[in-house]
Amino acid sequence: MAIILIRRSKKIMKKTLLIISIFLFVRVLYAQPEIPVLKNYAIDYTNTLNNSELYTLNSALKKFDDSTSNQIVFLMISSLDGYPLENYTYEVAAKNKIGSAKNNNGVLFFVAKDDRKMRIEVGYGLEGALPDALSNSILRNEVRPYFKQRDYYAGIAAGLNAIISATRGEYSGEKKDKEGKEKGFPFIFFVIIFVIIISILKRGGPGSGSAVLPWIILGSMSGGRSRSGWGSGGSGGFGGFSGGGGSFGGGGSSGSW
Amino acid sequence: MKKGLLIALGVVAFLVFIIIAIVSWGVGKYNTFIGLNEGVNQAWSQVENQYQRRVDLIPNLVATVKGVANFEKETYTAVTEARAKVGQIKLSPDQLSDPQAFQKFQQAQDGLSSALSRLLVVSENYPQLKANENFLQLQAQLEGTENRISVERMKFNQVVQEFNTATKTFPAAIIANFSGFREKQYFKAAEGSDQAPKIQF
Repeated sequence: MAIILIRRSKKIMKKTLLIISIFLFVRVLYAQPEIPVLKNYAIDYTNTLNNSELYTLNSALKKFDDSTSNQIVFLMISSLDGYPLENYTYEVAAKNKIGSAKNNNGVLFFVAKDDRKMRIEVGYGLEGALPDALSNSILRNEVRPYFKQRDYYAGIAAGLNAIISATRGEYSGEKKDKEGKEKGFPFIFFVIIFVIIISILKRGGPGSGSAVLPWIILGSMSGGRSRSGWGSGGSGGFGGFSGGGGSFGGGGSSGSW
Repeated sequence: MKKGLLIALGVVAFLVFIIIAIVSWGVGKYNTFIGLNEGVNQAWSQVENQYQRRVDLIPNLVATVKGVANFEKETYTAVTEARAKVGQIKLSPDQLSDPQAFQKFQQAQDGLSSALSRLLVVSENYPQLKANENFLQLQAQLEGTENRISVERMKFNQVVQEFNTATKTFPAAIIANFSGFREKQYFKAAEGSDQAPKIQF
């Protein structure tokens, strides 16, 4: 009797465990928000800012990028739905590769309006000019007072201005470097051997034209590999933003209001 | 006669081709492993940098907290002790494939993490601390460092995964074994860290 009871309770335990794990899985799936692809320097998914305000921010940030190569991007969403703030901003910054590949000089200023959370995510190359303590004090002293009065535009502009003045002079506006390293020497080596063998085997055969085929393949492959790092931009909205390959290491600071 | 010679030559050429192919494949793989290994070492040095940075922040933080909350003695002595322990355990890149050494390292660092988060939670009870600009800055730096640590750990795990996959998949595994590339350890999430101790402002 007792054994049966124990068995039964074990079964029930297993079932509840299963259900719990399914719930957890589903929760995780739901909690993972989509990471947006940024096309502008200033993006507002909450419709808090009007068009002219967005335009002003965007053109100021674009101008700053053009003159210093520092890429500062502003993004506002309504809610993270419980997803960790730091993970989200890191993923957005890393996915969009804000900043140049050479200097890693990108900054993401992020606001989750309904969560009342914000964060400045700083790329590797600007951690010196914009250390955590400074990011934190920008959020606390420049942005938060305005956000508390629901004056979002003023808070955002103040925050961006502070970021701009902190990072100005760190890098000069230099030519944006193209990326794309040629890799795969062994592969080409193989193809060459292959071609030599083929041409040896085909020697004496009718027409040596068929030996050309591998060269064509090789040519098309190397042609497909080279890509220009910089798109024309301008797609949708105002000044087109496109990331330059900058990477992030979790620097910056978070805050709330 | 002439035909036989041609065939023999063809066979020799074929064998030479096979040998060259195998050797160049092996050399290519070996070079790939070298590159991946370098990547792991680099990621590891970034992890170490961030851990070091945290260790460097602690004396200032403890001094600031001491000045205001002098009676939370055990909390900050726990931090100092954990810090000392971390200082004793170093892990060189060669030890990354040693599970025990790696686990010991991670345990010491996680111990420091939890001691620090307790200190920050306790300091929530002191309005003087929360109004102290020096403390707020230290807190921001510490928080930023913790975040950097988790990012660098994630990056480290990524390159280790790449390395392990490359060295463990079949034909290449022979080369890896031959040249002494062994599986490397990952960072595991610390117990209970799925509910990360959130530091509220």
